[in-house]
Amino acid sequence: MTTALALAEQVRTGTVSASEVVERHLAAIDDTDGAVHAFLTVLHDGARREAADIDRRVAAGEDPGPLAGVPVALKDNLCTTGVPTTCSSRILDGWCPPYDATVVGRLRRAGAVVIGKTNLDEFAMGSSTENSAYGATHNPYGPDRVPGGSSGGSAAAVAAGFVPLALGSDTGGSIRQPAALCGVVGMKPTYGTVSRYGLVAFASSLDQIGPISATVADAAALFDVIAGHDPLDSTSLDRPAPRTAENLGDGVAGLRVGLPLELVDGVAPEVAVGVRRAAEVLAAAGATVTECSIPELTYGLSAYYLLAPAEASSNLSRYDGVRYGKRVNGADVEAMMRATRAAGFGPEVKRRIMLGTYALSAGYYDAYYGQAQKVRTLIINAFNDAYRHADVLLGATTPTTAFPLGAKVDDPMAMYLSDVCTVPSNLAGHPAISIPFGADTDGLPIGVQVLAPALCEPLIFRVAEVLEEAAPAVAAPVLASATWTGR
Amino acid sequence: MSDAKLTRDDAAYVARLARIDLTEEELDLYAGQLAVVLDHAAHVAALDTTGVEPTAHPLPLQNVLRPDVARPSLDRDVVLGQAPEVEDHRFQVPRILGDAQ
Repeated sequence: MTTALALAEQVRTGTVSASEVVERHLAAIDDTDGAVHAFLTVLHDGARREAADIDRRVAAGEDPGPLAGVPVALKDNLCTTGVPTTCSSRILDGWCPPYDATVVGRLRRAGAVVIGKTNLDEFAMGSSTENSAYGATHNPYGPDRVPGGSSGGSAAAVAAGFVPLALGSDTGGSIRQPAALCGVVGMKPTYGTVSRYGLVAFASSLDQIGPISATVADAAALFDVIAGHDPLDSTSLDRPAPRTAENLGDGVAGLRVGLPLELVDGVAPEVAVGVRRAAEVLAAAGATVTECSIPELTYGLSAYYLLAPAEASSNLSRYDGVRYGKRVNGADVEAMMRATRAAGFGPEVKRRIMLGTYALSAGYYDAYYGQAQKVRTLIINAFNDAYRHADVLLGATTPTTAFPLGAKVDDPMAMYLSDVCTVPSNLAGHPAISIPFGADTDGLPIGVQVLAPALCEPLIFRVAEVLEEAAPAVAAPVLASATWTGR
Repeated sequence: MSDAKLTRDDAAYVARLARIDLTEEELDLYAGQLAVVLDHAAHVAALDTTGVEPTAHPLPLQNVLRPDVARPSLDRDVVLGQAPEVEDHRFQVPRILGDAQ
């Protein structure tokens, strides 16, 4: 198998050139992405240029870094200088940012090659990648199924084998949920460990950038590259980021694992069976698994769907047709703004702006927004209590496996319920990871989730690796590309 | 709290606040859909949170300052190059004051 780490090793030692690696992956994308539609932009020329530069440096005896020559896909809400960054929205049609996101610079300094920009739900609002102005992405494990969202393009790109690594962003589960539905690893870091500079803002107190990959070790390596303090993000933690790669392989002997029934009961039976089998794996590896109950987790979804739209309604006020993006003319400046936003935003974004504006409006602020902020405190306190008796928590990532395209687009509340297991970690700012753990009877991947307190990334990667080694085998995806190698 | 239902007039008012022109059909659609979401939020709204402090952010935020020293910033022409309308090195917008007609 050719993991990101194996590819980087081959490139650094000159066994294979970065140019060969990039050509192979570009060919796979050109060949198969017509059916998947993971990418909005494929950077053929840019990737070839970057790969040639890596090869020159290897030839000159330099070390291009831990991700030397590894093709990486970026969710298209990460700014890239001179390269369209659409957020899957018409309102940013044709916009080319004048700067790179901090994570993009960190990737390049590690030797990675940016190969393209991936599809997402518009402004990362959605759980199926169907809310894209550029069309839906298809799940490689079932072309009539959603890939999840909002980072559905990044998850599908990794699942199909187009890239070994991708970046997503996770506001309420937007990395972990599509990772679970596409049978790949997806991790949301502790709030503040990865710079948000150059990530187009959705809900600023919840957004985090994180890795998507085929293996746990690759996700850990990518996390180690992107994490760290950044003076350009005032919410960036001013302390060294936890290093995760060196703790892989330490196992889970003696670890206390909590199994909150709120993240097991109520999910689809086959998903619940997967979680319980994962718990048995950890117990067999020497962990103590204890069932527990954290009733406050069930309040998370409602609190999230007030807080996130409220923050979004404020953040998205910047799309006013004045400084960048689309403009639709009007008789005066306000008419221009109203017409621009009407034409530029899709239905889900309008819905969330409406919801957030309402929750923040006079007369409703205390009842909705203020109350949701207090419930956020209750959830954080409940997590803190649970972590007095457990080092990590284990549960489902999603209530179901991948659902059919079109099944929930007309029922927003049904779509929002897809995030019920993932939003609590965002509200608390805690790290969490989804690991593929078998498939249901239709062959659709099941994801299990490991949650931990803030800055415990090394721990969740250790637990994830134990689960990965024992995970039931899964057949190759229907839409596997020539570069698909599995785990 | 809140047995408040979102009426069509509420939706029109919120759309004005949010500066989005919505069609009659959109107003009807969103009024209904938002009511469903707010119904779901009702059990959170009903929780007893007496004495609970609100959390606005997962981190204890404080202002981050740097030395007040001039540094290079984005090039003006590059930034203006992304604007829909530019006049005289400035963002150009339709009239702000007075009657539109």
